[in-house]
Amino acid sequence: MNSPPRIKPEPKTEVAAASAGAELPSSGRRHFLRKGAAMAGTALTGGAVGASVAHAAPLEIAESSKSMGKPIPATEYGVPSKFEKNYVRVRTNVFVNRQNHSDWSFTPLQYQQGIVTPNGVVYERHHNGTPDINPDTHKLVIHGMVKQPLVFTMNDIMRYPSVAKFYFMECSGNGLTDWTKPASTTVQQTHGLLSCGQWVGVPFSTLLDEAGLAPGAKWLLVEGADGVGHTRSIPLEKAMSDGLIVYALNGEMLRPENGYPLRAFFPGWEGNVNVKWLRRIKVGDQPWHFRSETARYTDPMPDGKWRQFSMEMDTKSVITSPSGGQKLAGAGPYEIRGFAWSGRGKIAKVDVSVDGGKNWREAVLEEPVLDKCMTVFKAPWNWDGRLAILQSRAMDSNGYVQPTVQEIGAHRGIHPYAFVQHHNGIQSWAVTEKGEVSNVIAS
Amino acid sequence: MSSRLSVILAAGVLAGIAASANAQDKPHFGKPISEADIAPWNIDIRTPDGKGLPPGSGNVADGEKIYNVKCLACHGPKAAGGAVYGTMVGGIGSFKTEKRVLTPGSMYPYAPILYDYINRAMPMDKPQTLTPNEVYALSAYILNLNGLIPADAVMDANTLPKVKMPNAGNFFVDDRPDTKAVRCMSNCR
Repeated sequence: MNSPPRIKPEPKTEVAAASAGAELPSSGRRHFLRKGAAMAGTALTGGAVGASVAHAAPLEIAESSKSMGKPIPATEYGVPSKFEKNYVRVRTNVFVNRQNHSDWSFTPLQYQQGIVTPNGVVYERHHNGTPDINPDTHKLVIHGMVKQPLVFTMNDIMRYPSVAKFYFMECSGNGLTDWTKPASTTVQQTHGLLSCGQWVGVPFSTLLDEAGLAPGAKWLLVEGADGVGHTRSIPLEKAMSDGLIVYALNGEMLRPENGYPLRAFFPGWEGNVNVKWLRRIKVGDQPWHFRSETARYTDPMPDGKWRQFSMEMDTKSVITSPSGGQKLAGAGPYEIRGFAWSGRGKIAKVDVSVDGGKNWREAVLEEPVLDKCMTVFKAPWNWDGRLAILQSRAMDSNGYVQPTVQEIGAHRGIHPYAFVQHHNGIQSWAVTEKGEVSNVIAS
Repeated sequence: MSSRLSVILAAGVLAGIAASANAQDKPHFGKPISEADIAPWNIDIRTPDGKGLPPGSGNVADGEKIYNVKCLACHGPKAAGGAVYGTMVGGIGSFKTEKRVLTPGSMYPYAPILYDYINRAMPMDKPQTLTPNEVYALSAYILNLNGLIPADAVMDANTLPKVKMPNAGNFFVDDRPDTKAVRCMSNCR
C-alpha cells in the first residue's frame, strides 16, 4: 500500500522548505526529491512495483542522533520548531486597511491539525488595537436592571464554580472578500477568521443571579475596556442559557489579543459579540442599537433593507487540504481533509465533491463531534491527474444543508461592492493537471 | 428499589432542599456598588430614545472647529474621506443601488448613535477625552454635512433623538436560516 504523496504547501512555504532543505546534507535533499518522483511513478503504474520505480536511498545516521540536544532551560514558554515559521497569523492581503488598529488577522487553517487552534494563531479582530490590562486591577461591573449592582475583581470571578467547553468562534466577516470573485488565494484568507478551543470561565447566569435580575429585564449590554469600548446588546435569554464569562482558553489565561483577562463568550454566535476585555454588563429591557449593531454587523438585503441582530453563525465547512496555494505531488491517493461547524448544533454529515458539486459522497467525521464546535472530516480521494473542483458541504443536526453562494444570493443583497457578512457558501478549490490548487467560484 | 438506595436518594433530596432553602449559600464574592459610583463607566446611550444622553449642547459651527482640530487628520476635510477612513457624508438612497455608501447619514437609524460612538471611541488616539458639549457639536456637524439638520441647529439631549434619520425603519430582526439547500448526492447540476 502506498502512503499518500505529500502535498506541497503554498508557495510561501515552498520557499521555507527549500531553505530548510539546504541545511540537510545535499544527498538527503536529493533523496527527498527522488522519493517524490517515485510516488508519482507508482501512482501512474497503478501501484505495481516495476523496474522504473526508484527505491529509497540507503539511510544515514542523522546528526540529531549523534549529538546532545538542547538542555532544559530553567524556565521557558515553549515555541514551535524553527521549521514551522509559516504557521503564523497574517493580516488580510485583499481588503487592506490603511491602519492596523481596527483590523483583523487570520488563523492559518491550512496547517491546523485537529480541532484545537493554538492560542498564538487564534484569529484577531480589534476595533482599536490590543490593550495591556493588569488583571490585579481589572474590574467587571454588573448594573442596570438588577437588585444590587456589583463589582468583581478577577480573583472574585475565578473563585466561582467554573465550566470548560469546546466551541468554535468565527467572525461574521469571514469570507466577505470572496462572494462574487475568488479574491483570496489561501484557506487562511478565505476562512481564517475561525478558531476553536476549550473556553474556561463562569456562566453569565452565575454572576447575573448574584446581582439579581429585576422584573422586566430582557437584554443586556457587554462592553469592553479597549479604546473603542466595543459594545453589543445581547438577549438575556442567550446569556442565561449558555453565555460564559471567560478567562482562559486551551489551558492558559486568554492571550491579550483575545481579551485578557476577561471576555464574553456566546457559543455559536458571531465573534464580535464575544466582547473582549470585558469591563461592564448592564441589564435593560430593550436593545441599545449601538453603531456596532446598526451601521456595522448588519446584513444588506434586497430593496435597501438590513437584517439586524444576525448573531447565529450558519452551518459551514471547508476543505483545508488540498486548498488554495498548495500543490499536489502527482496523481494518486490523497486524503481530503477539512473542518465543519455550526452555530445551531452539531455537524451531522459532511459530503465532498471532486467534480464541482455534480456528484457527492459522504466523508468520515472524526470524533469528537461536539455542539457548536469545529469537527474534522476526511475522505479518501484517488486523483486521476485531471482537472478537479473540490467542494465540501455540511449538514447540521437540524437537517440544514450548507448552501451554494448562488442559493444565498437568491435571498440576500450580495454584489461586488458590498461589505457583506455571513458567507457560509460552499467553497470550491480547483486542481489543475499540474496539481496546482487555487480558489475558484464554481458555476 | 432496594431500601439502601432509597436511603441514599432520600439523603440527596434532603441535602438539595437544604441548599435551595438557604439563599445565603450564594458566594457573594462581588462587592455592592452604587449607580452613582459607576457613573464614570456608565456611558451607553440607548439610541432610539436617547436615554443616557447627558446635559450639555453643541452647534454646527463649533463642531466644524473641533472637527478640524481633532478629526480631520483621519477623516479628511468636511468629513469627505481622508488619510485613513472613507467618507462620512452622503450615500443616502444608495442602498438600493449596486454601490452602497455607508455613512452616519445613510446608515444610522437613530441620531444618538453619533453621540454614543464619538463619546466612547473618538478620537481614535484619545478616546473618552471629549466633553459632552464637544460630542454634541461634532454630532451636529456630521448631521449637517449629511443634510439632516440646518446650519443653525443645536444638538442636546432633547433635540438629538428627534433628528429624522433616513435609514430608520429599514432594519428587521434576523430571520435566518433563509436558505433551504437539499442534500443531493448525484447528478445534482
